[in-house]
Amino acid sequence: MQVPAQFRYEKAVSVEHALTLLGRYGPESRVVAGGHSLIPMMKLRLAQPEALIDINDLHELAIISVERHVLCIGALTRHADLLSSALVGEHFPIFHDAERVIADPVVRNRGTVGGSLCQADPSEDLSAAFAAVRGEAVIVSPEGRRTVPVREFFLGPYQTVVDPGELLVQLRVPIRSSASAYQKVERRAGDWAVAAAGAELVLDDGVVADAGIGLAALGAPNFHAREAESFLVGGPATDERFAEAARIAAEHCNPIADQRGPEEYKRHLAKTLVTRVLSVARTRWHGLHSGEKAR
Amino acid sequence: MTTAPVGHGTMLRKEDARFIRGRGTYVDDVTLPGMLYGAMLRSPYAHARIASIDISAARAHPKVRAVLTGDTLAGLNLAWMPTLSGDVQAVLATDKVRFQGQEVAFVVAEDRYAARDALELIDVDYEPLPAVIDARQALAEDAPVIRDDLEGRTDNHIFDWETGDKAAADEVFATAEVVSKQDMLYPRVHPAPLETCGAVAHLDKVTGKLTVWTTTQAPHAHRTLYAIVAGLPEHKIRIISPDIGGGFGNKVGIYPGYVCAVVGSIVTGKPVKWMEDRSENLMSTSFARDYHMHGEIASTRDGKILGLRVQVLADHGAFNGTAQPTKFPAGFFGVFTGSYDLTAAHCSVTGVYTNKAPGGVAYACSFRITEAVYLVERLVDVLAFDLGMDPAELRRKNLLRPEQFPYPSRTGWEYDSGDYPRALETALDLAGYAGLRAEQREKRERGELMGIGISFFTEAVGAGPRKHMDILGLGMADGAELRVHPTGKAVLRLSCQSQGQGHETTFAQLVAEQLGIPPDDVDVVHGDTDQTPFGLGTYGSRSTPVSGAVTVMVARKVRERARIVASAMLEVSPDDLEWEKGRWFVRGDQASGRTIQEIALAAHSDLELPEDVEGHLDATCVYNPPNLTYPFGAYVCVVDVDAGTGQVKVRRFVAVDDCGVRINPMIVEGQIHGGLADGIGMALMQVMAFDEDGNHLGGSFMDYLLPTAKECPSWELGETVTPSPHHPIGAKGIGESATVGSPPAVVNAVIDALRPYGVRHADMPLTPAAVWSAVQGRPLRTDLAIT
Repeated sequence: MQVPAQFRYEKAVSVEHALTLLGRYGPESRVVAGGHSLIPMMKLRLAQPEALIDINDLHELAIISVERHVLCIGALTRHADLLSSALVGEHFPIFHDAERVIADPVVRNRGTVGGSLCQADPSEDLSAAFAAVRGEAVIVSPEGRRTVPVREFFLGPYQTVVDPGELLVQLRVPIRSSASAYQKVERRAGDWAVAAAGAELVLDDGVVADAGIGLAALGAPNFHAREAESFLVGGPATDERFAEAARIAAEHCNPIADQRGPEEYKRHLAKTLVTRVLSVARTRWHGLHSGEKAR
Repeated sequence: MTTAPVGHGTMLRKEDARFIRGRGTYVDDVTLPGMLYGAMLRSPYAHARIASIDISAARAHPKVRAVLTGDTLAGLNLAWMPTLSGDVQAVLATDKVRFQGQEVAFVVAEDRYAARDALELIDVDYEPLPAVIDARQALAEDAPVIRDDLEGRTDNHIFDWETGDKAAADEVFATAEVVSKQDMLYPRVHPAPLETCGAVAHLDKVTGKLTVWTTTQAPHAHRTLYAIVAGLPEHKIRIISPDIGGGFGNKVGIYPGYVCAVVGSIVTGKPVKWMEDRSENLMSTSFARDYHMHGEIASTRDGKILGLRVQVLADHGAFNGTAQPTKFPAGFFGVFTGSYDLTAAHCSVTGVYTNKAPGGVAYACSFRITEAVYLVERLVDVLAFDLGMDPAELRRKNLLRPEQFPYPSRTGWEYDSGDYPRALETALDLAGYAGLRAEQREKRERGELMGIGISFFTEAVGAGPRKHMDILGLGMADGAELRVHPTGKAVLRLSCQSQGQGHETTFAQLVAEQLGIPPDDVDVVHGDTDQTPFGLGTYGSRSTPVSGAVTVMVARKVRERARIVASAMLEVSPDDLEWEKGRWFVRGDQASGRTIQEIALAAHSDLELPEDVEGHLDATCVYNPPNLTYPFGAYVCVVDVDAGTGQVKVRRFVAVDDCGVRINPMIVEGQIHGGLADGIGMALMQVMAFDEDGNHLGGSFMDYLLPTAKECPSWELGETVTPSPHHPIGAKGIGESATVGSPPAVVNAVIDALRPYGVRHADMPLTPAAVWSAVQGRPLRTDLAIT
């Protein structure tokens, strides 16, 4: 039986309290929310935090709302709640696409959005989805709050800009007229991605006005494909241009070989998946704007 | 399903009431007063010399009661134990570690946490050695010698074994019009029962009795082995195998952890519980397969199969610990001629040591018939590919015909009964085979990849005739004991043991059918050596063929005893009595009968019985099977493959099984469902690969994938019934049929889907990456790290 090493346990009753506890226990403490990465790592003794600060009672961090044209997702929002939120689905179907293929219902019932981002696993789907739609992370500390673009949130695998003593409290995505989609290749339901891609498109009379492309498990810097996005903007939303954007995305990502596949295959998937999600996003755009002339 | 049948038929499982309420008693549920907890320190290296082990800090831990090392055990002559294949295996390493995860030291502490904490206090100084990871390099000149503990050992060779007629096979191949060849790997996989392995050992110092609650599929065999290995008197050993959360062959052997728990109890005088975790189970316990096979099939140009030639390189890991009948070092791989009528066959198997965990026969494999069936069913498809022939047609042309049974195979097996064409046609009809091919043609024109795969398998289960089959000298016969209480309720005591197969229901139904009493009136006792007669346990689909047979025989014995009592009750000769379900009556006088319950009461009463009858109805029996039983089946799998990503979706799976007479059809179907899911797992996602240093790349369920409901289609089952001629009710085993038969059906389907790319073969597991690589013409070595 796997059992963790000894640790202290504290239950935070407010965000302020959580920050106080983080200050008291210092860098060797860890925040626990859903615990679906941390607890298994502790049981395997890959992680041996001295203290766990449980934020599961901070219900104010589990709210999904729209404030002044910004979709606000509390960091403690469970995957299942993100998936069942009509508000989220209406504005950013990319999140529903992603949530449908994140782990399994048992994990989704407990795992949280903020926990997923803070874990910063290179294969994390929501990191790619938030990167695609250019979300922002709201981080608080005893000194106050700061907002960091998700595209600047990650410092590397398992590393984020959230300092010890800080707490991620919310993800924010400005709402605009757009269409988005997410797809993932996995070896089995619930497996981490072999590769995954998400896209957001804003079209204007058949021309790409804005584009976001998120990549997971592909070694893309900060989970997005900047060069491919730049290529797309200003050009027509055609299959050919999508394919070229996908080729650029595949060229600029940096996947590593593991038991999910060789590097070459993962680059191939980057190309395939980027093409597909752009195409789905375009179809959704036209679905939303059926009055307009298709392409 | 509301009324239970009096005898065979579908009824709900009696044991499920406790399982679905969470009231089962598994080994880890056993808690004894003063019980201590064990934890195992394992090697991080695949191959290393142990320079020193410092346990002083661990021993100084306030909650630690004992620390065992190889040296401690050597003092008790227990550092090494015999394996089921005549080799020895280190209980705790003394000289070297030989696989990653090998047992090095055992801590006994007051709780689980302290035991784990103390593991981190043990300081082992390892000197890493080059490791043998690729079985194909094990016999290279410069390969490091793994088993230098064995006197005079200078290489990693374990055995050579062959079967069939080489000269005859060579002759057939020399003149055949068509010869197709294919290398294929059945990779190392793991049965991964949800309950991992463990034991609670308790040596009572007053009575001298050792009781071990343990995850074992063969409690009686374990008792005898403990007696032999530890030198304990056998009557002072009691093995209890309580509720078991899946076995699949993983729980046949004795693991070092069990021995350490026993020694821990001996040295501390307290009960000691040891329960391994998931990673320990995956990394160190009995794996399955790991057969590197080269197959050749000879035929005429119009598809009449003439012969088979096979060479196998078998990776047995660091110790030869496969669990199979002793005279069969390659298990029942000799059944590789499968379901086909051919002229000659030959096969040779070479076993080698590698720096991997020992084991090899597990995962519902029927002693390696899984590998054999995969080999022949893939070869038949490769031949169909080369001939440009429909694989169904090729099988149709070569299947054994009903009139050939009992069929003496080219490698010395006698198939008991079968109607193969009927099973194949039933499956093809169920699948709508012609329609599927038409759909496939249309899809191919649109560039979509759809595949149809067929497999036809013959199993050989129910080991076995004790003349040929034993495990370390213990013949594979089973005992049973049936007691009938005065009120006509019965207790059946079985030597085999259930790990989820539903024995408490099925075996009650067997008695019910013979005695004509409700199955609910029959209690089935199993898994406790003090409570049950001797027998070899549950694996290799042997429960129904062997223990099922002895149950029927003991019930019939009781029925005959009841006849004598009834004759005394009715004051007629036993010869004048006739049986109908549940009662004996005087021939010609239907109203005259006595029910089994009335007879049971009379058997315990003051009724005067014939002189040589002592009263009561109880009986015992031992059954030595005259032959194995040979279940068979025809499977059809339909897949869709995403050409862009290589992802495989199993759309349909049709399984027609013939396991002779079915006792409880619902339980049979449940077993088939499980085996089909296993097959999808092996074919599409499961493998234990190793990197060049011998690091295990599948040590958790994040990396070693079990299929979920999402990967499984809604199974479409069919059946034919061809009774076994020698089993008392004509039943055959079913537990492993689907695991044996399904992987080649899935693989054949995927390869069929990839036909537009000219793909002829690719090794399991056919992950998206493996499929894509096959399409690129650069197939993956699935047993090694992907680079």
